[in-house]
Amino acid sequence: MDYFLTEEQKTIRDLARRIAEERVLPVRAELDEKEEFPWDIVKDLADADMFRVFIPEEYEGLGGGCLELCLVTEELSRVCSGVAVTYAASALGCMTLMEYGTGEQKKKYLPDIASGKKLGAFAITEPTAGSDAANIKTTAEKVEGGYLLNGTKQFITNGGEAAIYTVIALTDKTRGARGASAIIVEKDTPGFTFGKKEKKLGIRTSATRELVFKDCLVPEENLLGRPGLGFIQAMRLFDKSRPGIGAQAVGLAQGALEAAVDYADQRVQFDQPIITFQAVQHMLADMAIQVEAARALVYAAARHVDSGAKNVTEESAMSKVFASDAAVKVTLDAVQICGGSGYMRDYPVEKMMRDAKILQIYEGTNQILRNAIAINLRKRKARTA
Amino acid sequence: MNIVVCLKQVPGTTEVRIDPETNTLVREGIENIINPFDTYAIEEGVRLKEKHGGKVTVITMGPAQAEAALREAVSLGADETVLLSDRAFAGADTWATAFTLSCAVKKLEKPDLIICGRQTIDGDTGQVGPELAEMLDIPFIAYVSRIEEIKEGYLRVRRMVEEGHEVIETTLPAVITVAKEINVPRLPSLRGIMKSKSAKIETWGIKELGVDESKVGLAGSSTQVIKVFFPQRVHQAEILEGTLEERVDTLIDRLRNAGLCQG
Repeated sequence: MDYFLTEEQKTIRDLARRIAEERVLPVRAELDEKEEFPWDIVKDLADADMFRVFIPEEYEGLGGGCLELCLVTEELSRVCSGVAVTYAASALGCMTLMEYGTGEQKKKYLPDIASGKKLGAFAITEPTAGSDAANIKTTAEKVEGGYLLNGTKQFITNGGEAAIYTVIALTDKTRGARGASAIIVEKDTPGFTFGKKEKKLGIRTSATRELVFKDCLVPEENLLGRPGLGFIQAMRLFDKSRPGIGAQAVGLAQGALEAAVDYADQRVQFDQPIITFQAVQHMLADMAIQVEAARALVYAAARHVDSGAKNVTEESAMSKVFASDAAVKVTLDAVQICGGSGYMRDYPVEKMMRDAKILQIYEGTNQILRNAIAINLRKRKARTA
Repeated sequence: MNIVVCLKQVPGTTEVRIDPETNTLVREGIENIINPFDTYAIEEGVRLKEKHGGKVTVITMGPAQAEAALREAVSLGADETVLLSDRAFAGADTWATAFTLSCAVKKLEKPDLIICGRQTIDGDTGQVGPELAEMLDIPFIAYVSRIEEIKEGYLRVRRMVEEGHEVIETTLPAVITVAKEINVPRLPSLRGIMKSKSAKIETWGIKELGVDESKVGLAGSSTQVIKVFFPQRVHQAEILEGTLEERVDTLIDRLRNAGLCQG
């Protein structure tokens, strides 16, 4: 389907696809098997200017928005969802800075993210704060010379590998979520260490790790925006980043669909390729419908975000929920079509199926996001009542 | 360091089809690419520039559409481009091609090093590089797999030979052709692609080069393609019967009768 992308957007998409096919494809199985962080690919992405895509031009970026980020993420995810999330998480790690940072803060950090010299990461989740994100315990006590951080962040994507972390911590613990603030913490700050690296079901090349803060002193100028706004900043961030998870889902589902068609086309049973059987055809057709519908919704949501609309919560939640549900279903069916072979690690679809599940969980579980959508439906109804 | 890279645009396939009526290459539906061997030449030129400063000028002879190959070279880091395009250049063999390239090189700011791919995937002759060096009357080294040292007026390279390698030094300027072992070509960057879209492509014809029409293109070629055809596959193998001695005797008789052995 023609999504009326600009020439520049097509260029970005085509180059991302080339990197995915030429550099990621040959190593994806190995990265998954060894659970190794894809530094070589990060370098390829950096050399190709992919980390510049989402950074404003004045900070050495290319000035793209949510849609451009989605296009790159989708193409990478079509080949390896673990690489895609590694890339997208760097954007997530600096989006709060881009929105609330001062010129000086942006000048200090963004050019290194744009060049790919440094990766970013975002940290809100804690052992006590998953869906209940407001229930964070990490504190950032105001002391002479800055903020003193104490606490543990859990399941942080790019943890240990990123150099620049946006951390949500309580600067006023008496006020709960209203006492939360967003603070930049650089790797190698004394008192900032990394806990265990998680062993995961899928997206195994991506690093997921604990961040441990023990009397970690960060300078006052690392605070993003005003103190007490951290929770709101985080919610706004996710409103804008969720189409990116949707794009990850679209790419993954697209890759699974292609793998299933390839297999069904060459697999012969009862003297004919199984793609000639209507039972298989209808499964493939349903997969294709899901992928295209998800893509259309993700691109529309991304464009809505890029339009500067004030409230994008519903649209971005819808795009993430629909696309991730589609990715889980499509990858599951891809394994079904590939049969016994599909269950084996020699074929790519078993990895795709494992990679898909996280999409329904992170950046807001699909249940929490349905709540968010429903809250808006109720609010609108109440207003018109 | 002033580096010139010569490249050629070729059909992006090895499954070339010939029109049986006209004996010419079927170009419809075939994407054109930079000759793969030339991508190593571009990469090496760009690496030398990044390390030692200077500029990389890419040059190609071909129809107007060869401009795309030059733009791609810009996206990979080349600085300046020259497209040698003129009706009079059409039908050139390697000699006329090398002659035209040599005229263009003489018109450029004097290069320190000229880099070519070792051969093309369509013509496969590997002749243009050495011919260009002859016409410019400068040293030539083929199959370079590593540049060991390069400085003002001096170059030392490793070149591949059948059973190992040779280390050769030469004065500059010189022409080298590079083997694929020399580097891993980079992918283009987004900024490179965007720059390449607006890059100025310098186009020179016979007027700009100031050459005689009889020395270029088909007229200037010392060889001509009379016919292009697929060789007939003929199966004439014969299994000799009998004892070992009988078979050897039969074989020798056959060879003798064919005039292939004496005595």
